[in-house]
Amino acid sequence: MKYMLLIHQGDTPTPQDPEAWARLSEDEQKAVFADYQAVNETPGVTPGAWLQPPEAATTVHVQDGRTLTTDGPFVAVKEALGGYLFFEAVDLDAALELASRIPAARLGGAVEVRPLVEQ
Amino acid sequence: MPLEQVFRDEWGRVLASLIGFLGDFDLAEEAAQEAFAIAADRWPREGTPANPRAWLVTTARNRAIDRIRRDRTVAAKTRLLDVPEAMEDDVDETTIPDERLELLFTCCHPALPLDAQVALTLRTLGGLRTEEIARAFLVPDETMAKRLVRAKRKVKAAGIPFRVPPAHLLPDRLAAVLAVVYLIFNEGYGGRGDLAAEAIRLGRALAELMPDEPEVHGLLALMLVTDARRDARFADDTVVLLRDQDRSLWDLDQIAAGRAALDRALALGGRSPYVLQAAIAALHADEPQDWPQLAALYGDLARLTGSPVVELNRAAAVAEAGDVEAALALVESLELDRYHYLHTTRAELLRRLDRVDEARAAYVRALELVHADAERRFLERRLAELPG
Repeated sequence: MKYMLLIHQGDTPTPQDPEAWARLSEDEQKAVFADYQAVNETPGVTPGAWLQPPEAATTVHVQDGRTLTTDGPFVAVKEALGGYLFFEAVDLDAALELASRIPAARLGGAVEVRPLVEQ
Repeated sequence: MPLEQVFRDEWGRVLASLIGFLGDFDLAEEAAQEAFAIAADRWPREGTPANPRAWLVTTARNRAIDRIRRDRTVAAKTRLLDVPEAMEDDVDETTIPDERLELLFTCCHPALPLDAQVALTLRTLGGLRTEEIARAFLVPDETMAKRLVRAKRKVKAAGIPFRVPPAHLLPDRLAAVLAVVYLIFNEGYGGRGDLAAEAIRLGRALAELMPDEPEVHGLLALMLVTDARRDARFADDTVVLLRDQDRSLWDLDQIAAGRAALDRALALGGRSPYVLQAAIAALHADEPQDWPQLAALYGDLARLTGSPVVELNRAAAVAEAGDVEAALALVESLELDRYHYLHTTRAELLRRLDRVDEARAAYVRALELVHADAERRFLERRLAELPG
Protein backbone atom coordinates (compact mmCIF):
# COMPACT_ATOMS: atom_id res chain seq x y z
CA MET A 1 0.00 0.00 0.00
CA LYS A 2 1.18 3.52 -0.80
CA TYR A 3 0.29 6.43 1.42
CA MET A 4 0.78 10.15 1.33
CA LEU A 5 1.37 11.68 4.74
CA LEU A 6 0.19 15.28 4.83
CA ILE A 7 1.79 17.25 7.63
CA HIS A 8 -0.35 20.05 9.03
CA GLN A 9 1.75 22.35 11.13
CA GLY A 10 -1.01 23.79 13.33
CA ASP A 11 0.75 25.53 16.22
CA THR A 12 4.00 23.66 15.68
CA PRO A 13 6.99 25.99 16.07
CA THR A 14 9.22 26.02 12.98
CA PRO A 15 12.54 27.77 12.24
CA GLN A 16 10.55 29.94 9.80
CA ASP A 17 9.03 31.65 12.83
CA PRO A 18 12.12 32.41 14.94
CA GLU A 19 10.12 33.68 17.91
CA ALA A 20 8.09 30.49 18.24
CA TRP A 21 11.11 28.36 17.43
CA ALA A 22 13.09 30.00 20.26
CA ARG A 23 10.50 28.71 22.74
CA LEU A 24 11.86 25.20 22.19
CA SER A 25 14.97 24.28 24.12
CA GLU A 26 18.11 23.55 22.18
CA ASP A 27 17.65 19.83 22.85
CA GLU A 28 14.09 19.96 21.58
CA GLN A 29 15.21 21.76 18.43
CA LYS A 30 17.86 19.14 17.82
CA ALA A 31 15.33 16.38 18.40
CA VAL A 32 12.98 17.88 15.79
CA PHE A 33 15.71 17.84 13.15
CA ALA A 34 16.90 14.37 14.15
CA ASP A 35 13.34 12.99 14.10
CA TYR A 36 12.59 14.43 10.64
CA GLN A 37 15.83 12.97 9.40
CA ALA A 38 14.98 9.56 10.88
CA VAL A 39 11.51 9.68 9.32
CA ASN A 40 12.95 10.58 5.92
CA GLU A 41 15.48 7.77 6.15
CA THR A 42 12.87 5.15 7.07
CA PRO A 43 12.77 2.41 4.40
CA GLY A 44 9.78 3.00 2.12
CA VAL A 45 9.72 6.77 2.63
CA THR A 46 10.05 9.19 -0.28
CA PRO A 47 10.54 12.60 1.33
CA GLY A 48 8.52 15.52 0.01
CA ALA A 49 9.84 18.91 -1.06
CA TRP A 50 10.36 21.62 1.57
CA LEU A 51 7.43 24.09 1.47
CA GLN A 52 7.46 27.82 2.13
CA PRO A 53 5.09 28.77 4.97
CA PRO A 54 1.34 28.94 4.21
CA GLU A 55 1.46 32.74 4.35
CA ALA A 56 3.37 32.55 1.06
CA ALA A 57 0.50 30.67 -0.60
CA THR A 58 -1.91 32.07 -3.20
CA THR A 59 -5.22 30.35 -3.84
CA VAL A 60 -6.89 30.30 -7.24
CA HIS A 61 -10.57 29.66 -7.82
CA VAL A 62 -12.32 29.87 -11.21
CA GLN A 63 -15.96 30.89 -11.22
CA ASP A 64 -18.00 31.47 -14.39
CA GLY A 65 -14.77 31.61 -16.36
CA ARG A 66 -13.32 34.31 -14.11
CA THR A 67 -10.17 33.63 -12.14
CA LEU A 68 -10.37 34.68 -8.50
CA THR A 69 -7.05 34.96 -6.74
CA THR A 70 -6.78 35.25 -2.97
CA ASP A 71 -3.88 35.59 -0.63
CA GLY A 72 -3.14 32.63 1.61
CA PRO A 73 -3.93 28.91 1.65
CA PHE A 74 -7.32 27.33 0.76
CA VAL A 75 -7.95 26.42 4.39
CA ALA A 76 -7.08 28.54 7.43
CA VAL A 77 -3.36 29.15 7.92
CA LYS A 78 -3.26 26.88 10.96
CA GLU A 79 -4.88 24.05 9.00
CA ALA A 80 -2.65 24.49 5.98
CA LEU A 81 -0.32 21.88 4.64
CA GLY A 82 3.17 22.30 6.04
CA GLY A 83 4.85 19.39 4.33
CA TYR A 84 4.29 15.91 2.96
CA LEU A 85 5.97 12.65 2.24
CA PHE A 86 5.16 9.36 0.56
CA PHE A 87 5.36 6.02 2.29
CA GLU A 88 5.15 2.52 0.92
CA ALA A 89 3.97 0.39 3.85
CA VAL A 90 2.55 -3.07 4.45
CA ASP A 91 -0.64 -1.70 6.00
CA LEU A 92 -2.31 1.26 7.65
CA ASP A 93 -0.85 0.48 11.07
CA ALA A 94 2.68 0.91 9.73
CA ALA A 95 1.72 4.25 8.18
CA LEU A 96 0.04 5.41 11.40
CA GLU A 97 3.15 4.49 13.32
CA LEU A 98 5.35 6.53 11.01
CA ALA A 99 2.89 9.44 11.25
CA SER A 100 3.14 9.39 15.04
CA ARG A 101 6.92 9.81 14.77
CA ILE A 102 6.65 13.04 12.77
CA PRO A 103 7.47 15.90 15.20
CA ALA A 104 4.58 18.13 14.05
CA ALA A 105 2.14 15.47 15.34
CA ARG A 106 3.32 16.02 18.92
CA LEU A 107 4.06 19.76 18.76
CA GLY A 108 0.59 21.12 18.05
CA GLY A 109 0.02 19.92 14.49
CA ALA A 110 -1.37 16.74 12.99
CA VAL A 111 -0.59 14.29 10.22
CA GLU A 112 -3.20 13.07 7.77
CA VAL A 113 -2.57 9.59 6.36
CA ARG A 114 -4.04 9.27 2.90
CA PRO A 115 -3.90 6.07 0.84
CA LEU A 116 -3.01 6.51 -2.84
CA VAL A 117 -5.07 4.90 -5.56
CA GLU A 118 -3.33 1.68 -6.63
CA GLN A 119 -2.19 1.90 -10.24
CA MET B 1 -29.93 -28.34 16.37
CA PRO B 2 -32.17 -26.17 14.19
CA LEU B 3 -30.49 -24.92 11.06
CA GLU B 4 -31.02 -21.28 11.94
CA GLN B 5 -29.14 -21.79 15.20
CA VAL B 6 -26.22 -23.43 13.41
CA PHE B 7 -26.10 -20.55 10.96
CA ARG B 8 -26.16 -18.00 13.71
CA ASP B 9 -23.40 -19.73 15.65
CA GLU B 10 -21.22 -20.31 12.62
CA TRP B 11 -21.64 -17.10 10.64
CA GLY B 12 -18.91 -15.08 12.38
CA ARG B 13 -16.38 -17.85 12.27
CA VAL B 14 -17.08 -18.81 8.68
CA LEU B 15 -16.97 -15.19 7.53
CA ALA B 16 -13.77 -14.45 9.47
CA SER B 17 -12.08 -17.40 7.87
CA LEU B 18 -13.22 -16.30 4.42
CA ILE B 19 -12.07 -12.71 4.89
CA GLY B 20 -8.71 -14.02 6.08
CA PHE B 21 -8.50 -16.21 3.00
CA LEU B 22 -9.85 -13.80 0.42
CA GLY B 23 -8.73 -10.47 1.86
CA ASP B 24 -12.00 -8.87 0.79
CA PHE B 25 -15.09 -8.23 2.91
CA ASP B 26 -17.65 -8.06 0.12
CA LEU B 27 -16.44 -11.11 -1.73
CA ALA B 28 -16.29 -13.06 1.53
CA GLU B 29 -19.78 -11.98 2.53
CA GLU B 30 -21.28 -12.92 -0.84
CA ALA B 31 -19.55 -16.29 -0.78
CA ALA B 32 -20.68 -16.97 2.79
CA GLN B 33 -24.26 -16.08 1.94
CA GLU B 34 -24.13 -18.39 -1.04
CA ALA B 35 -22.76 -21.25 1.04
CA PHE B 36 -25.42 -20.78 3.74
CA ALA B 37 -28.12 -20.71 1.07
CA ILE B 38 -26.85 -23.98 -0.43
CA ALA B 39 -26.77 -25.50 3.04
CA ALA B 40 -30.33 -24.40 3.75
CA ASP B 41 -31.41 -26.14 0.58
CA ARG B 42 -29.29 -29.27 0.83
CA TRP B 43 -28.89 -30.15 4.49
CA PRO B 44 -32.56 -30.82 5.25
CA ARG B 45 -32.68 -33.24 2.29
CA GLU B 46 -29.26 -34.87 2.48
CA GLY B 47 -28.51 -34.51 6.16
CA THR B 48 -26.19 -32.14 7.99
CA PRO B 49 -22.53 -32.84 7.16
CA ALA B 50 -20.30 -34.29 9.86
CA ASN B 51 -18.50 -31.00 10.17
CA PRO B 52 -20.88 -28.17 9.30
CA ARG B 53 -18.38 -25.36 9.77
CA ALA B 54 -15.72 -26.91 7.56
CA TRP B 55 -18.37 -27.68 4.96
CA LEU B 56 -19.59 -24.08 4.97
CA VAL B 57 -16.10 -22.60 4.72
CA THR B 58 -15.03 -24.97 1.96
CA THR B 59 -18.20 -24.46 -0.03
CA ALA B 60 -17.91 -20.69 0.29
CA ARG B 61 -14.23 -20.78 -0.70
CA ASN B 62 -15.02 -22.84 -3.75
CA ARG B 63 -17.79 -20.43 -4.77
CA ALA B 64 -15.46 -17.49 -4.30
CA ILE B 65 -12.76 -19.17 -6.38
CA ASP B 66 -15.30 -19.79 -9.14
CA ARG B 67 -16.34 -16.19 -9.04
CA ILE B 68 -12.75 -14.96 -9.16
CA ARG B 69 -11.94 -17.18 -12.11
CA ARG B 70 -14.89 -15.72 -13.95
CA ASP B 71 -13.76 -12.21 -13.18
CA ARG B 72 -10.10 -11.61 -13.77
CA THR B 73 -10.12 -8.02 -12.60
CA VAL B 74 -11.21 -9.19 -9.18
CA ALA B 75 -8.55 -11.89 -9.25
CA ALA B 76 -5.83 -9.31 -9.56
CA LYS B 77 -7.03 -7.56 -6.44
CA THR B 78 -7.39 -10.44 -4.04
CA ARG B 79 -4.77 -12.42 -2.24
CA LEU B 80 -5.99 -15.47 -4.02
CA LEU B 81 -3.78 -17.15 -6.57
CA ASP B 82 -3.98 -20.74 -7.70
CA VAL B 83 -5.66 -22.40 -4.79
CA PRO B 84 -6.91 -25.91 -5.53
CA GLU B 85 -10.58 -26.52 -4.91
CA ALA B 86 -11.18 -28.76 -1.94
CA MET B 87 -13.76 -31.49 -1.67
CA GLU B 88 -16.58 -30.13 0.40
CA ASP B 89 -17.34 -33.23 2.40
CA ASP B 90 -13.96 -34.37 3.55
CA VAL B 91 -12.36 -31.24 4.89
CA ASP B 92 -10.83 -31.51 8.32
CA GLU B 93 -11.82 -28.64 10.57
CA THR B 94 -8.31 -28.32 11.97
CA THR B 95 -7.17 -26.93 8.64
CA ILE B 96 -9.51 -23.96 9.08
CA PRO B 97 -8.02 -21.42 11.47
CA ASP B 98 -10.28 -19.45 13.78
CA GLU B 99 -9.81 -15.87 12.63
CA ARG B 100 -12.59 -14.18 14.56
CA LEU B 101 -10.07 -12.19 16.61
CA GLU B 102 -8.39 -10.83 13.49
CA LEU B 103 -11.81 -9.85 12.21
CA LEU B 104 -12.80 -8.21 15.48
CA PHE B 105 -9.64 -6.10 15.61
CA THR B 106 -10.19 -5.09 11.99
CA CYS B 107 -13.79 -4.05 12.64
CA CYS B 108 -12.81 -2.07 15.75
CA HIS B 109 -9.80 -0.34 14.20
CA PRO B 110 -9.53 3.28 15.40
CA ALA B 111 -9.33 4.47 11.78
CA LEU B 112 -13.06 3.71 11.58
CA PRO B 113 -15.65 5.93 13.28
CA LEU B 114 -17.15 4.37 16.41
CA ASP B 115 -20.65 3.92 14.96
CA ALA B 116 -19.14 2.10 11.99
CA GLN B 117 -17.05 -0.11 14.29
CA VAL B 118 -20.21 -1.13 16.10
CA ALA B 119 -22.19 -1.75 12.93
CA LEU B 120 -19.43 -3.71 11.24
CA THR B 121 -18.88 -5.88 14.32
CA LEU B 122 -22.58 -6.71 14.54
CA ARG B 123 -22.80 -7.40 10.81
CA THR B 124 -19.70 -9.55 10.41
CA LEU B 125 -19.26 -11.32 13.74
CA GLY B 126 -22.83 -11.21 14.97
CA GLY B 127 -24.34 -12.01 11.61
CA LEU B 128 -27.09 -9.44 12.15
CA ARG B 129 -28.77 -8.24 9.00
CA THR B 130 -28.42 -4.58 8.06
CA GLU B 131 -32.12 -3.98 8.83
CA GLU B 132 -31.72 -5.51 12.28
CA ILE B 133 -28.77 -3.26 13.10
CA ALA B 134 -30.62 -0.23 11.74
CA ARG B 135 -33.61 -1.02 13.94
CA ALA B 136 -31.41 -1.52 17.00
CA PHE B 137 -29.80 1.89 16.56
CA LEU B 138 -32.98 3.63 15.48
CA VAL B 139 -31.66 4.78 12.12
CA PRO B 140 -33.20 4.23 8.66
CA ASP B 141 -32.09 1.03 6.87
CA GLU B 142 -30.51 3.09 4.13
CA THR B 143 -28.37 5.05 6.59
CA MET B 144 -27.09 1.85 8.15
CA ALA B 145 -26.44 0.27 4.74
CA LYS B 146 -24.38 3.32 3.72
CA ARG B 147 -22.49 3.24 7.01
CA LEU B 148 -21.54 -0.39 6.41
CA VAL B 149 -20.56 0.16 2.79
CA ARG B 150 -18.42 3.16 3.72
CA ALA B 151 -16.72 1.23 6.52
CA LYS B 152 -15.93 -1.77 4.32
CA ARG B 153 -14.65 0.55 1.62
CA LYS B 154 -12.34 2.26 4.09
CA VAL B 155 -10.99 -1.05 5.41
CA LYS B 156 -9.95 -1.87 1.87
CA ALA B 157 -8.86 1.55 0.60
CA ALA B 158 -6.88 2.54 3.68
CA GLY B 159 -5.23 -0.85 4.13
CA ILE B 160 -6.56 -1.59 7.62
CA PRO B 161 -4.76 -4.82 8.52
CA PHE B 162 -6.54 -8.12 9.20
CA ARG B 163 -4.59 -9.25 12.22
CA VAL B 164 -4.30 -9.28 15.98
CA PRO B 165 -2.21 -6.20 16.75
CA PRO B 166 1.38 -6.64 17.95
CA ALA B 167 2.10 -6.29 21.68
CA HIS B 168 2.92 -2.57 21.66
CA LEU B 169 -0.44 -1.72 20.06
CA LEU B 170 -2.50 -4.35 21.83
CA PRO B 171 -3.54 -2.49 25.02
CA ASP B 172 -5.07 0.43 23.09
CA ARG B 173 -6.61 -1.73 20.41
CA LEU B 174 -8.07 -4.21 22.88
CA ALA B 175 -9.56 -1.30 24.81
CA ALA B 176 -11.27 -0.20 21.58
CA VAL B 177 -12.66 -3.70 20.99
CA LEU B 178 -13.98 -3.92 24.55
CA ALA B 179 -15.51 -0.45 24.26
CA VAL B 180 -17.43 -1.57 21.17
CA VAL B 181 -18.67 -4.74 22.87
CA TYR B 182 -19.72 -2.80 25.97
CA LEU B 183 -21.48 -0.19 23.86
CA ILE B 184 -23.44 -2.94 22.13
CA PHE B 185 -24.29 -4.38 25.55
CA ASN B 186 -25.51 -1.05 26.89
CA GLU B 187 -27.69 -0.48 23.85
CA GLY B 188 -29.22 -3.84 24.63
CA TYR B 189 -29.53 -3.20 28.33
CA GLY B 190 -31.35 0.01 27.55
CA GLY B 191 -34.20 -2.09 26.21
CA ARG B 192 -33.18 -4.04 23.10
CA GLY B 193 -32.37 -7.31 24.79
CA ASP B 194 -31.14 -9.13 21.70
CA LEU B 195 -28.18 -6.76 21.54
CA ALA B 196 -27.22 -7.52 25.13
CA ALA B 197 -27.23 -11.23 24.28
CA GLU B 198 -25.13 -10.48 21.21
CA ALA B 199 -22.61 -8.54 23.29
CA ILE B 200 -22.35 -11.42 25.75
CA ARG B 201 -21.75 -13.83 22.86
CA LEU B 202 -18.93 -11.59 21.65
CA GLY B 203 -17.58 -11.34 25.19
CA ARG B 204 -17.60 -15.13 25.56
CA ALA B 205 -15.81 -15.56 22.25
CA LEU B 206 -13.19 -13.01 23.30
CA ALA B 207 -12.66 -14.72 26.65
CA GLU B 208 -12.13 -18.00 24.82
CA LEU B 209 -9.75 -16.46 22.28
CA MET B 210 -7.79 -14.26 24.70
CA PRO B 211 -7.85 -16.31 27.91
CA ASP B 212 -4.98 -14.40 29.53
CA GLU B 213 -6.37 -10.87 29.26
CA PRO B 214 -7.91 -9.79 32.58
CA GLU B 215 -9.86 -6.97 30.92
CA VAL B 216 -11.70 -9.42 28.70
CA HIS B 217 -12.86 -11.52 31.65
CA GLY B 218 -13.72 -8.35 33.59
CA LEU B 219 -16.01 -7.11 30.85
CA LEU B 220 -17.61 -10.53 30.40
CA ALA B 221 -18.22 -10.72 34.17
CA LEU B 222 -19.73 -7.25 34.20
CA MET B 223 -22.10 -8.08 31.36
CA LEU B 224 -23.14 -11.45 32.76
CA VAL B 225 -23.94 -10.19 36.25
CA THR B 226 -25.69 -7.06 35.04
CA ASP B 227 -27.74 -8.91 32.44
CA ALA B 228 -28.73 -11.59 34.96
CA ARG B 229 -30.85 -9.00 36.76
CA ARG B 230 -32.54 -7.73 33.64
CA ASP B 231 -35.96 -9.28 34.27
CA ALA B 232 -36.12 -7.72 37.72
CA ARG B 233 -35.23 -4.21 36.62
CA PHE B 234 -38.68 -3.17 35.53
CA ALA B 235 -42.10 -3.86 36.97
CA ASP B 236 -45.25 -2.42 35.39
CA ASP B 237 -42.98 -0.32 33.16
CA THR B 238 -41.43 1.34 36.19
CA VAL B 239 -37.78 1.13 37.19
CA VAL B 240 -37.27 -1.03 40.27
CA LEU B 241 -34.38 -0.07 42.55
CA LEU B 242 -31.87 -2.82 43.16
CA ARG B 243 -32.84 -3.19 46.81
CA ASP B 244 -36.52 -3.61 45.89
CA GLN B 245 -35.93 -6.11 43.09
CA ASP B 246 -37.56 -9.52 43.17
CA ARG B 247 -34.50 -11.74 43.47
CA SER B 248 -36.39 -14.77 42.27
CA LEU B 249 -36.31 -13.11 38.84
CA TRP B 250 -32.52 -13.07 38.80
CA ASP B 251 -30.72 -15.62 36.65
CA LEU B 252 -28.56 -17.23 39.33
CA ASP B 253 -26.64 -19.48 36.94
CA GLN B 254 -25.62 -16.46 34.95
CA ILE B 255 -24.57 -14.60 38.11
CA ALA B 256 -22.43 -17.61 39.02
CA ALA B 257 -20.87 -17.60 35.55
CA GLY B 258 -20.19 -13.88 36.00
CA ARG B 259 -18.52 -14.47 39.35
CA ALA B 260 -16.31 -17.16 37.80
CA ALA B 261 -15.24 -14.73 35.07
CA LEU B 262 -14.59 -12.08 37.73
CA ASP B 263 -12.44 -14.49 39.73
CA ARG B 264 -10.45 -15.21 36.61
CA ALA B 265 -9.98 -11.49 35.94
CA LEU B 266 -8.83 -10.86 39.51
CA ALA B 267 -6.50 -13.85 39.44
CA LEU B 268 -4.90 -12.40 36.31
CA GLY B 269 -4.27 -9.17 38.21
CA GLY B 270 -7.08 -7.15 36.62
CA ARG B 271 -7.86 -3.85 38.36
CA SER B 272 -9.29 -1.95 35.40
CA PRO B 273 -12.64 -0.14 35.35
CA TYR B 274 -14.40 -3.17 33.85
CA VAL B 275 -13.05 -5.44 36.58
CA LEU B 276 -14.00 -2.98 39.31
CA GLN B 277 -17.47 -2.53 37.86
CA ALA B 278 -17.89 -6.30 37.66
CA ALA B 279 -16.78 -6.63 41.30
CA ILE B 280 -19.32 -3.96 42.24
CA ALA B 281 -22.08 -5.68 40.27
CA ALA B 282 -21.21 -9.00 41.94
CA LEU B 283 -21.30 -7.44 45.43
CA HIS B 284 -24.68 -5.94 44.61
CA ALA B 285 -25.92 -9.45 43.95
CA ASP B 286 -25.02 -10.52 47.50
CA GLU B 287 -27.61 -10.60 50.25
CA PRO B 288 -27.05 -8.62 52.43
CA GLN B 289 -24.86 -6.23 50.47
CA ASP B 290 -21.49 -5.25 51.89
CA TRP B 291 -21.96 -1.49 51.64
CA PRO B 292 -18.63 -0.38 53.16
CA GLN B 293 -16.83 -2.63 50.64
CA LEU B 294 -19.01 -1.26 47.83
CA ALA B 295 -18.22 2.32 48.87
CA ALA B 296 -14.50 1.48 48.80
CA LEU B 297 -14.75 -0.08 45.31
CA TYR B 298 -16.69 2.93 44.00
CA GLY B 299 -13.88 5.06 45.46
CA ASP B 300 -11.27 3.04 43.54
CA LEU B 301 -13.32 3.31 40.38
CA ALA B 302 -13.79 7.07 40.81
CA ARG B 303 -10.04 7.53 41.19
CA LEU B 304 -9.44 5.48 38.04
CA THR B 305 -12.06 7.20 35.90
CA GLY B 306 -12.35 10.65 37.47
CA SER B 307 -16.07 10.29 36.91
CA PRO B 308 -18.47 12.33 39.07
CA VAL B 309 -21.19 9.80 38.21
CA VAL B 310 -19.15 7.13 39.99
CA GLU B 311 -18.77 9.50 42.94
CA LEU B 312 -22.53 9.76 43.00
CA ASN B 313 -22.76 5.98 43.26
CA ARG B 314 -20.17 6.06 46.02
CA ALA B 315 -22.36 8.53 47.88
CA ALA B 316 -25.30 6.12 47.63
CA ALA B 317 -23.13 3.30 49.02
CA VAL B 318 -21.89 5.53 51.85
CA ALA B 319 -25.52 6.28 52.73
CA GLU B 320 -26.44 2.59 52.69
CA ALA B 321 -23.43 1.90 54.91
CA GLY B 322 -25.09 4.17 57.46
CA ASP B 323 -23.61 7.63 57.04
CA VAL B 324 -26.41 9.57 55.32
CA GLU B 325 -25.02 13.00 56.30
CA ALA B 326 -21.62 12.23 54.74
CA ALA B 327 -23.34 10.90 51.63
CA LEU B 328 -25.38 14.10 51.28
CA ALA B 329 -22.25 16.26 51.66
CA LEU B 330 -20.57 14.20 48.93
CA VAL B 331 -23.56 14.53 46.59
CA GLU B 332 -23.69 18.27 47.13
CA SER B 333 -20.00 18.61 46.26
CA LEU B 334 -20.54 17.17 42.75
CA GLU B 335 -20.94 19.30 39.65
CA LEU B 336 -23.70 17.34 37.97
CA ASP B 337 -26.60 19.76 38.00
CA ARG B 338 -27.97 18.58 34.65
CA TYR B 339 -27.94 14.93 35.70
CA HIS B 340 -31.30 13.78 37.02
CA TYR B 341 -29.80 10.95 39.11
CA LEU B 342 -27.95 13.55 41.19
CA HIS B 343 -31.25 15.15 42.16
CA THR B 344 -32.93 11.77 42.63
CA THR B 345 -30.15 10.63 44.96
CA ARG B 346 -30.17 13.94 46.81
CA ALA B 347 -33.94 13.72 47.22
CA GLU B 348 -33.69 10.18 48.61
CA LEU B 349 -31.04 11.25 51.13
CA LEU B 350 -32.97 14.34 52.22
CA ARG B 351 -36.08 12.23 52.66
CA ARG B 352 -34.18 9.89 54.95
CA LEU B 353 -32.99 12.86 56.98
CA ASP B 354 -36.64 14.01 57.26
CA ARG B 355 -35.89 17.23 55.39
CA VAL B 356 -39.15 16.83 53.50
CA ASP B 357 -39.42 20.24 51.81
CA GLU B 358 -35.91 20.04 50.40
CA ALA B 359 -36.55 16.47 49.28
CA ARG B 360 -39.69 17.59 47.45
CA ALA B 361 -37.77 20.34 45.63
CA ALA B 362 -35.08 17.85 44.63
CA TYR B 363 -37.65 15.35 43.23
CA VAL B 364 -39.23 18.17 41.25
CA ARG B 365 -35.83 19.14 39.83
CA ALA B 366 -35.14 15.50 38.90
CA LEU B 367 -38.51 15.29 37.16
CA GLU B 368 -37.61 18.34 35.07
CA LEU B 369 -34.53 16.55 33.77
CA VAL B 370 -35.71 12.95 33.34
CA HIS B 371 -36.53 11.53 29.91
CA ALA B 372 -37.36 7.84 30.24
CA ASP B 373 -41.01 7.19 31.13
CA ALA B 374 -40.22 4.32 33.50
CA GLU B 375 -38.00 6.62 35.53
CA ARG B 376 -40.51 9.46 35.47
CA ARG B 377 -43.17 7.16 36.92
CA PHE B 378 -40.76 6.13 39.67
CA LEU B 379 -40.04 9.75 40.61
CA GLU B 380 -43.73 10.71 40.58
CA ARG B 381 -44.47 7.86 42.93
CA ARG B 382 -41.68 8.84 45.32
CA LEU B 383 -42.84 12.43 45.30
CA ALA B 384 -46.40 11.38 46.07
CA GLU B 385 -45.19 9.20 48.96
CA LEU B 386 -43.55 12.13 50.80
CA PRO B 387 -45.41 13.03 53.98
CA GLY B 388 -47.60 16.08 53.32
